[in-house]
Amino acid sequence: MRNDVLIAGFGGQGVLLAGNLLSYAAIDEGKNVSYFPAYGVEKRGGSATCTVVIADGAVGSPVVGQPSTLVVLNQASLDRFGARVRPNGICIVNSSLVDCSTLNRDDIRVVKVPMNEIATELGDLRMVNMVAMGAYVALTGVVDMTSLAAGLEQVLPERNHRFIPANLKAIEAGAQAALR
Amino acid sequence: MSKRLFVKGNEAAAMGAVEAGCRYYFGYPITPQSDIPEYLSRELPKLDGEFIQAESEIGAINMLLGASACGRRAMTSSSSPGISLKQEGISYMAGAELPGVIINISRSGPGLGGIDASQADYFQAVKGGGHGGYHIPVLAPNSVQEMYDLTMHAFDLADLYRTPVMLLGDSVIGQMKEALVPNPRPVRELPEKSWAVRGKSNAEQRVVKSLFLGDGELEAHNWHLHAKYQVMKEKECISEEYETADADLLVVGFGSVSRIAHTAVAMAREAGLKAGLFRPVTLFPFPEQALQKAAARAGKVLVVELNTGQMVEDVRLSVAGAAKVSFYGRPPGAGSLPSPEELFEVIRKQYDQAS
Repeated sequence: MRNDVLIAGFGGQGVLLAGNLLSYAAIDEGKNVSYFPAYGVEKRGGSATCTVVIADGAVGSPVVGQPSTLVVLNQASLDRFGARVRPNGICIVNSSLVDCSTLNRDDIRVVKVPMNEIATELGDLRMVNMVAMGAYVALTGVVDMTSLAAGLEQVLPERNHRFIPANLKAIEAGAQAALR
Repeated sequence: MSKRLFVKGNEAAAMGAVEAGCRYYFGYPITPQSDIPEYLSRELPKLDGEFIQAESEIGAINMLLGASACGRRAMTSSSSPGISLKQEGISYMAGAELPGVIINISRSGPGLGGIDASQADYFQAVKGGGHGGYHIPVLAPNSVQEMYDLTMHAFDLADLYRTPVMLLGDSVIGQMKEALVPNPRPVRELPEKSWAVRGKSNAEQRVVKSLFLGDGELEAHNWHLHAKYQVMKEKECISEEYETADADLLVVGFGSVSRIAHTAVAMAREAGLKAGLFRPVTLFPFPEQALQKAAARAGKVLVVELNTGQMVEDVRLSVAGAAKVSFYGRPPGAGSLPSPEELFEVIRKQYDQAS
């Protein structure tokens, strides 16, 4: 098994935290993982991307040209990376903010999830990244949902552990929306 | 076995330094390596060590020289422009035969350049970046685990050969997170530091210097240093091979790009092309003999670097005409990192030309 995902959005949407969470979950399951944040002169409101590769064997390249899955949280990311998704891959789109009509791909599966709405309904827009991860894990089964829950404890500083139940709800809601 | 951690390459290098017994760090912040001083500023005081944010990179390298002269395991780290500033100090350390570890998580240049992953500091690292004709061992990790393991190894090499040692990486290796098994430092027999200056005592006088004015003294010193480099070439070369046994095309790359090339070679194998990968882990001493063997077997070599062609010169010298050497370079800059798919296309073109 070798699975790779490119998660992209703008700074502040929690893209890097989402990638970290997925990585910790996979590490907990004994898999090999590389987490590679795009490292430029990034700032809040600018672009934020990270690539996570999860494999049973050697990870190989932490840099991925054509990801099997793309998770996009904003329009700019879809415009920039949409063409790169590997044929037969999956593109998970935050349909609250992203218009997919410009993405002329009939060789990939596009899954639209209104992530902003779901997160806001659950009480905090900042959980948009958790909704995205719930959708991603539900569609790919790369890690168990229970590992994501365990991952939250490691990826969040202790003072924020009180938010874990809310985040788990967001993950669950994302999963349900993606499978609907 | 220790528990698997999940950390950045930079943190792994800092952890390796602590495990190796380094208790003195001197540095000045610069992207993309600032996680190293950040970690050590937190951990060294707990271990009765010293962390000093120096006034400049030049200050830091000279503090390293001082700590080393006192016989202590010490380290500095920086990124390309900062490493340029340290070259004078590294030359003095090489001249005075002082151990010490210098980490360069390099960025793109020349000049201020950019902060993206780059391998353009190869020449500076392996050919003696300062004045006066010296070499220092240069290690090129390509994973978070190696950032830890090779940092420990760097301290041992430094003490064994009384020399500064450099770890050369870039933002891919420094910023990437992977699993790390923080194994205990391997036990290795190391020479007494009978040269270290320890303050006033009744023992015989010890002098640490790089100034040799006596008749023939400096010439002898240069030949002595040269002899050390010859021993390193014999004993300290490290390289790694992947699918090279029956390869018709040998891809050669170090550090971050070797990871991308590894996947590209796997893709080539799946496509039925007999490609293999040779990765120098030590850039000085360069693994000439192992490379020569693998290259002669394949007959055709493709060197891949994140620059316009530096290590390829050492590859040509090593191969010495036994194989045809071609080069694919991706000078650094935003968006310049090649993907495995791109390298696979390069491999396929080379392969087609060969057959």
